[in-house]
Amino acid sequence: MSKQGLMSREVLLAGAIGLLLVIIASRFPAFIAPSNLVNVFNDTAPLILLAIGQMIVILTRCIDLSVAANLALTGMVVAMINVAMPGLPVPVIVVISVVLGALLGMFNGILVWKLAIPPIVVTLGTMTIFRGTIFLLSEGKWVNAHEFSDPFKAFPRTELLGLPVMSWFAIAAVLLFSLVMARTTLGRAFYAVGGNPHAATYAGIDVGKTQFWAFTISGALAGLTGYLWVARFAVAFVDLAGGFELSVVAACVIGGVAIMGGIGTVFGAMLGALFLGIISNALPVVNISPFWQLAISGGAIIIAVALNAQANREKGRIILKRAEHAT
Amino acid sequence: MLMQSDQISDDAKTERTAPVLSLNRVTKTFPGVTALSEVSLELSAGKVMALVGENGAGKSTVVKVLTGIYQPDGGQIEIDGTPTRFPTAQDAGAAGVTAIHQETVLFDELSVAENIFLGHAPRGRFGLIDTAAMVENARDILSGIGAEIDPRTKLKELGIANKHLVAIARALSIDARVVIMDEPTAALSQKEIEELYELVEELKGQGKAILFISHKFDEIFRIADDYTVFRDGALVGRGAISDVSEAELVKMMVGRDVSQIFPDRDRNVREEILVVEGYEHPTEFADISFALRRGEILGFYGLVGAGRSEFMQALFGITRPSSGELTIDGKRAVIRSPADAVAHGIVYVPEDRGTQGAITALPIFQNVTLPSLGRTSRNGFLQLAEEFKLARDFTERLDLRAASLDTDVGNLSGGNQQKVVIAKWLATQPKVIILDEPTKGIDIGSKAAVHDFMAELAAQGLAVIMVSSEIPEVLGMSDRVIVMREGRIAVELSGDDLEPETLVRHAAGI
Amino acid sequence: MTDTTRAIPDRLQSPFQRRLKSWETLLLAIAVAIFIVNSFTSPYFLNAWNLSDMTFNFTEKAMIAFAMALLIIAGEIDLSVAAIIALASTAMGAAVQVGVGTPGLVLIGLGVGLLCGAFNGVLVTRMGLPSIVVTIGTMSLFRGISYIVLGDQAYSGYPSDFAFFGQGYVFWVISFEFVLFAIIALIYFVILHKTNFGRAVYAIGNNPVGAEFSGIRVARVKFILFLLTGLMSGVAAICLTSRLASTRPSIAVGWELEIVTMVVLGGVSILGGSGSIPGVVIAAFVMGLVTFGLGLLNVPGIVMSIVIGALLIGVIALPRLWERWRG
Repeated sequence: MSKQGLMSREVLLAGAIGLLLVIIASRFPAFIAPSNLVNVFNDTAPLILLAIGQMIVILTRCIDLSVAANLALTGMVVAMINVAMPGLPVPVIVVISVVLGALLGMFNGILVWKLAIPPIVVTLGTMTIFRGTIFLLSEGKWVNAHEFSDPFKAFPRTELLGLPVMSWFAIAAVLLFSLVMARTTLGRAFYAVGGNPHAATYAGIDVGKTQFWAFTISGALAGLTGYLWVARFAVAFVDLAGGFELSVVAACVIGGVAIMGGIGTVFGAMLGALFLGIISNALPVVNISPFWQLAISGGAIIIAVALNAQANREKGRIILKRAEHAT
Repeated sequence: MLMQSDQISDDAKTERTAPVLSLNRVTKTFPGVTALSEVSLELSAGKVMALVGENGAGKSTVVKVLTGIYQPDGGQIEIDGTPTRFPTAQDAGAAGVTAIHQETVLFDELSVAENIFLGHAPRGRFGLIDTAAMVENARDILSGIGAEIDPRTKLKELGIANKHLVAIARALSIDARVVIMDEPTAALSQKEIEELYELVEELKGQGKAILFISHKFDEIFRIADDYTVFRDGALVGRGAISDVSEAELVKMMVGRDVSQIFPDRDRNVREEILVVEGYEHPTEFADISFALRRGEILGFYGLVGAGRSEFMQALFGITRPSSGELTIDGKRAVIRSPADAVAHGIVYVPEDRGTQGAITALPIFQNVTLPSLGRTSRNGFLQLAEEFKLARDFTERLDLRAASLDTDVGNLSGGNQQKVVIAKWLATQPKVIILDEPTKGIDIGSKAAVHDFMAELAAQGLAVIMVSSEIPEVLGMSDRVIVMREGRIAVELSGDDLEPETLVRHAAGI
Repeated sequence: MTDTTRAIPDRLQSPFQRRLKSWETLLLAIAVAIFIVNSFTSPYFLNAWNLSDMTFNFTEKAMIAFAMALLIIAGEIDLSVAAIIALASTAMGAAVQVGVGTPGLVLIGLGVGLLCGAFNGVLVTRMGLPSIVVTIGTMSLFRGISYIVLGDQAYSGYPSDFAFFGQGYVFWVISFEFVLFAIIALIYFVILHKTNFGRAVYAIGNNPVGAEFSGIRVARVKFILFLLTGLMSGVAAICLTSRLASTRPSIAVGWELEIVTMVVLGGVSILGGSGSIPGVVIAAFVMGLVTFGLGLLNVPGIVMSIVIGALLIGVIALPRLWERWRG
């Protein structure tokens, strides 16, 4: 039973997603046409990228509310770079966005690590600072479609093997971070720090430094998404992706990430993001007003967290012989 | 100090090889407490050193200093005679010092193999963790200590004894020169303990230096070569185990003859106040029935994990029994929460003072009045003068030492914190007071004060339940003793049956 | 038990001495400094009507902030407060359409607030779910319901006497909202600092287990705090709806973070256990003064958010940096 218990979070969610697709398909078969599913996945790619970073941060018992602001700031900076230097190759832009995002994440991380300021306070503060900075940089103006260079706009939409580059980034991130989480010392340290910080210290792991790296990763992914988002929609402005940080946290919670830390997988975060993505794409198809989306995702968060709590509830100490036959 | 430590080490050096790891006059202080005062300790290759001392003697602090968790405030750590420092746990590990801790400090969500190799996993291509090799190595180490555990299972799937074996395997996975075992047998069955002894012998044979911390004298005399005794954070004696008797060790630990510690009691047991019938819990305890009288001290003895605290917490309303009845003062009572228990006159002084007993970030007077606010306030509004008065009454009766009643409890020593917790409950004018390991981790002086006070409470007609794992305390204080084993009452003893051997026999089920 | 009465003094420092070194004093100094700077930089600042207008910047948020302060001190948080405003406002707007009068509207506003608070409270205290996730969920749910009801429409047509709550003046420049703010501040001051209930809040925030073990009914206290926070959100919804005279589902969006910022700026530890109502009152004024002062200088609101974000991090970081620097 316990073995199943371990798998159940992801399996249950994958099952729920499958059921959702079946229900939608029963009335609107076009929704599960491969080309539409590709669209849905591509629309969800930014949420997947950010959810992976957020998952890692939450694993270490922190939270990063600044991801959407980071995304918008990085997006604005690369947009302005593109306007100023249209000839700059796209790969350089991608590198800049990742580095800038990582630096912004490091700023969060250093405050959490070196000054031990609660993460929610730090990222609440940097969230408003980042947004304000966008305004200072752009003077409140939008960067519009016609101002971008064509390669800048085209890159995320370029198709490789039938999938846009944007989707490939999400897939690559899922694979890369699955590997990082399972097969690197840092990846295991994320779980150790969140699962039992006290014991992590005993095992020679620096809790604060591990949290710092979590914020750095979250920032780097937010920065990357910043470029992809701005390029795909060919627009950059102060309120870009406003409130998106909550969808990201929601994706994690739905994906089985425990807010108390130590529990969560990259795969789960991706499924959580896909669940939200499918709902938002399906509503117009099934003729429900898109205004239902917010309430549905709110309900999903509450149900998910209740289910998570049920699964993770600590059992009492087993003392009686009849309750556990000791080895 | 009983002996001069210089003198001791001179004697020791003549017959011993140079130590692998030594502590030289190490001091460690915390606000309000000196945990270690110029203690020295020497560990040699192929030898087992037993570190003995009462709770609060400084044993755990030494472990933390040796493993880089704490930094000493004075004195030196030496490896092969060279002074060194362990700024982090990583550094201690790199120097070959590894510890198996008292509470298993492991990670539920990681696999057994990952728990064993966290921080030093074998690497394969691209510097990635070589999972296959890690699982294989873990399997080897585990089978080496006779543990039949699949390294790929998640730790949370294991029982407590197997978790402990994983902790031991972790310590062995580091190529250690020094292995520290902090109460390694506390959670193990007799068969597992035997296997552990074999393991210790094997480690000795490999030339590792072993620090063995234990309360149990039979173990110490069975496997240790040398002993070091701490009392109240100071070194009070050391030498070869063959040169010392159990009685001498006890005397060094306690600092006086055991029989003198406890107050003479005016044994005046009165009418029944509390009757417990058939208390059961699905996993923690079963079939608990007994009666308690006013003026009586009822001891609960048992091994760690026998279910005593769990039962007491059910009595206090923290957990709910699945069945059972409780009568207090002749009236049936249903207790669903601590608030209910307090309302019925049952109070509980928990073992875990820091999280359950006191609210350390609040001042003394607020801690004392917390459950009594209904009496000190008027219509729900605080009356500070009344609060100070109540707090003063009870803390002075307990001879509390503090700068002011406005001092945060966290700044007090363990003994004084315990006095605050007891004062808090006495202020509610309870009928039954449950004390769970009341003197664990507090200094000798406070210990005596707590014992005297318990005797006085009983004399005044309060019914006292005392959970204790210290045999001298149980025997010295109790009128009757209930011994628990595996969640059930093993035996109830009184009068001439109250003998150390009898208690131990029933507790262990021999 | 001994006759040697070694008198332990009640206190070493008088409460006054303690207060002098406190956070509140520092914050008050900052508030006064901003006030002075503002009065020099703008000729329009020292004008009774302008100052009166300024108070509208914070009165509604502060009403919620007081209840939120208690909740945060007790170790919980409610991020759904702004969404409760939206839902309560929507309910009032819907009631107007069927001809409910002002007294009915007030009851509806308060009732919806209480219900929402009770919903949060049940999820957190009965089901044992982490409040940060629950209220991220209910935040989407409550506002989502507003969107379902209203979509991109708005309710208006509130009765004329309903305008008093957000637009009325009690005496000269003293607005009804300001008076209400002052009364609520006083009530929360008494609750937190002068009653058994307030003492229990501190005890729970410092050590919930210890509080439970001391016979405090922790779950009940927390439930009441969620109720109070919901109720205050209802009160704020009445004032805000009355002031704007219309309801859109996006009403008060993002307020939850501003309110948390106000509470933390006021010296309430986000980790629970400490904080005071006077601190929150001063923080409310500081935020109002900053917003208003910069507004007079024609600095846009988004830039003020940088200042607020920097204040939030700075006020926590600076003392820690100072301690570090001193050794």
